Amino acid sequence: MSTKSSRLAARLMLSPSVVLLLIWMIVPLVLTLWFSFRRYNLMYPDRQGFNDFGNYTRFVMSSDFGLAVLNTLILVGAVLVITVVLGILIALLIERPMWGQGVVRILVISPFFIMPPVAALIWKNMFFNPTNGLFGEAAKYLGLPPFDFLGQAPLASIILIVSWQWLPFATLILLTALQSLSGEELEAAEMDGAPPVSRFFYIILPHLARSITVVVLIQTIFLLGVFGEILVTTQGGPGSASTTLPYLIFKEISLDKDVGTAAAGGVVAVILANIVAIFLMRAVGKNLDA
Amino acid sequence: MGQITLKAVRKSFGEVHVIPGVDLEIADGEFVVFVGPSGCGKSTLLRLIAGLEDTSAGQIMIDGKDATALPPARRGLAMVFQSYALYPHMTVRKNIAFPLKMAGLSEAEQAKKVDAAAAVLNLTAYLDRRPGQLSGGQRQRVAIGRAIVREPSAFLFDEPLSNLDAALRVTMRQEISELHQTLKTTMIYVTHDQVEAMTMADKIVVLNAGRIEQVGSPLDLYRAPDNLFVAGFIGSPKMNFIEGAEAARHKAHTIGIRPEHIGVGSGNWEGTVLLSEHLGSDSFIKVDVDGIGIINVRAGGELGIHHGNRIRLAPDADKIHRFDQAGKAIR
Repeated sequence: MSTKSSRLAARLMLSPSVVLLLIWMIVPLVLTLWFSFRRYNLMYPDRQGFNDFGNYTRFVMSSDFGLAVLNTLILVGAVLVITVVLGILIALLIERPMWGQGVVRILVISPFFIMPPVAALIWKNMFFNPTNGLFGEAAKYLGLPPFDFLGQAPLASIILIVSWQWLPFATLILLTALQSLSGEELEAAEMDGAPPVSRFFYIILPHLARSITVVVLIQTIFLLGVFGEILVTTQGGPGSASTTLPYLIFKEISLDKDVGTAAAGGVVAVILANIVAIFLMRAVGKNLDA
Repeated sequence: MGQITLKAVRKSFGEVHVIPGVDLEIADGEFVVFVGPSGCGKSTLLRLIAGLEDTSAGQIMIDGKDATALPPARRGLAMVFQSYALYPHMTVRKNIAFPLKMAGLSEAEQAKKVDAAAAVLNLTAYLDRRPGQLSGGQRQRVAIGRAIVREPSAFLFDEPLSNLDAALRVTMRQEISELHQTLKTTMIYVTHDQVEAMTMADKIVVLNAGRIEQVGSPLDLYRAPDNLFVAGFIGSPKMNFIEGAEAARHKAHTIGIRPEHIGVGSGNWEGTVLLSEHLGSDSFIKVDVDGIGIINVRAGGELGIHHGNRIRLAPDADKIHRFDQAGKAIR
C-alpha cells in the first residue's frame, strides 16, 4: 500500500541512482555515435570533420564483415545448443542423490570461476597444441597424426572453449529448476504409465522451459561479445576464419588505428544484437510469462 | 476387479523399520481407510501398494496376481496425491487425457473419455483452463478425473483433502463417497483425520508405528476398540481414560468412557467444572472429578453449566471399556 506522498518520496529517493545510471549509459553511447560519423584515425590526426556514413559503409563493405557476422551467429548458436543440451543432461545426472554429491557439484561449476583468457590459454597450450598438447599425445598414442585444432578448425575450437566455460552456468540454473520440480508430479506421471523418456519430454522439459529461456537470453548477451578467447588463441585467424564482429571492431582500432570506423562497427554490432534479441524474444520470450 | 492382499509386507529405510510387517486383505469394491497419527507409516503403506516404493520383504497381490515386482504403471491402480500433482503446463483436458495418451489411445477415444469424466465431475466448463487458474476443490476434481479415466482396478488417495478448507473438505468428502457408490471400485484412502475415516470407510485400518492396531467397520471400532490406542484415536472428542482405584473397582488397569456416554445431573461422580464450551447442539464440558481427575463430557446443548459449578456425573455402566496392563481390551 502506498500513499501519494510515499510514492513521490520513493521517486525522489530513486532519482539520483536512476539519473546516474542514465548518464552512465548515455554518455558512451552518444560518444560512440559521435565518433562513428567523424573522420578519426590515429595515424592521420590532420584528417578531421564529418564524413556522413563513410565509416559505416567502409565497415559494412569490408571483405570480412559478412564472414564476421556469420561467425558470430555460428558461435552464439552452437554454444547455446551445446550448453543447454549438455547442461540438461548433466543437471539430470548430478541431481540424483549419490556419494560425494557436494564435491561433484563444485567441480562441475568450477570452470565458471576461471577467467576467459586463462581458460583459453589452458586449452590452447595444454590440450590443442599438436606437439605438446594432451589431445596430440592421445592421437600419437592411438597411432593417429596429431590434429592442429586451432589451425584446421579454429571456430569449432573456440566454440569448444566457450562452451566449456558456459556449461557450468547453464547446468547450475537448470539444476536449481530441476530441484524445484515436485516429486509427486513425476510419480503421478509414473502412475499414469509414462516411461522415463515420456516423463522427460512431457513433464521435466516443460518445467525447465522458463529456465532454459533465462539461460538462452543471458548467454546470448555475453556470447555476442566473446573476445578474449579469440585474442589469445587464433587472433581471428587463420585468415579471417575465426573473426567475429567484436574481433573485427578490435582489428579496426588496433591494426588500422581507425577510431571512427571502429565506432561505426560498434553501432552496427549494437543494432545486430538488438535484431538477435528481437528474434529471441519472439521465439522463447513467451516462456517468461507466468 | 480390485482385490488387494498384503502378505507380511515389510519396509525399511536403512536401519529404520517403517513397516515391520503387515498382513491385510482388501475385498473388491471396498472403501478402505488407513488412519493413524502422522509418521505411522500409512502413506508408506499406500506407496508400497502403488509401487512407488519397493517392499523390503513380503508380497503384494492384486487380483490374485503377484504384483510385488511390477512397476506402478502395470499394477492397474490410480492415485490421487496430497498436492494433486497436476501437470501445470497442460490444460485440464490434457491433464485428464495424459494417462490415456500414454496408453496409446486415439485422439477421438481420448476426447470421449475425457468428456465423460468431466461431465461426472462438473469440470466441463474448465477443460481449457490450466491448473493454476482453478480453485482447490476444482484441482482436486481434476486429479480425481485423471484417476477415473484410466478405469483402474483400485483408487489410492493420499490425504487428498488436507489442503482444502473445512467447508470444502466436507463437500469433497461427500463427493468422493458418492463417486464410490457410482463406480463401485475399490478405494484405499489415507488420512490422519478420524472423522474422514469414520464417515467414508467400509473398513478402517488403524495404524500405529507401522503396525496394524485394528481392522474393522467404523462402528466396530467405535463400539469395541481392541486396545487403548484405537480407543483413544477413534471418536471425537477423545475417550476419557481413568486409572487407579476407580479402574480397579472395574477389575481393570485402565477404564475408558466416551464423553457422550456420561450423563449430567445425577450420579455418583462429583466434580468442579473447569471449562464449558457451548456449541448450540452440544456442550463440551471439562470437569475435575473428585478422586478421579479430569473428565471430558459431551452433553446436550443449551445447558446452563458454567466454570466453577459443582455438578454430578453418571457414566453409562454398559459403555465402560476395560483395558489390562498392556493396554489390551478385556472383554
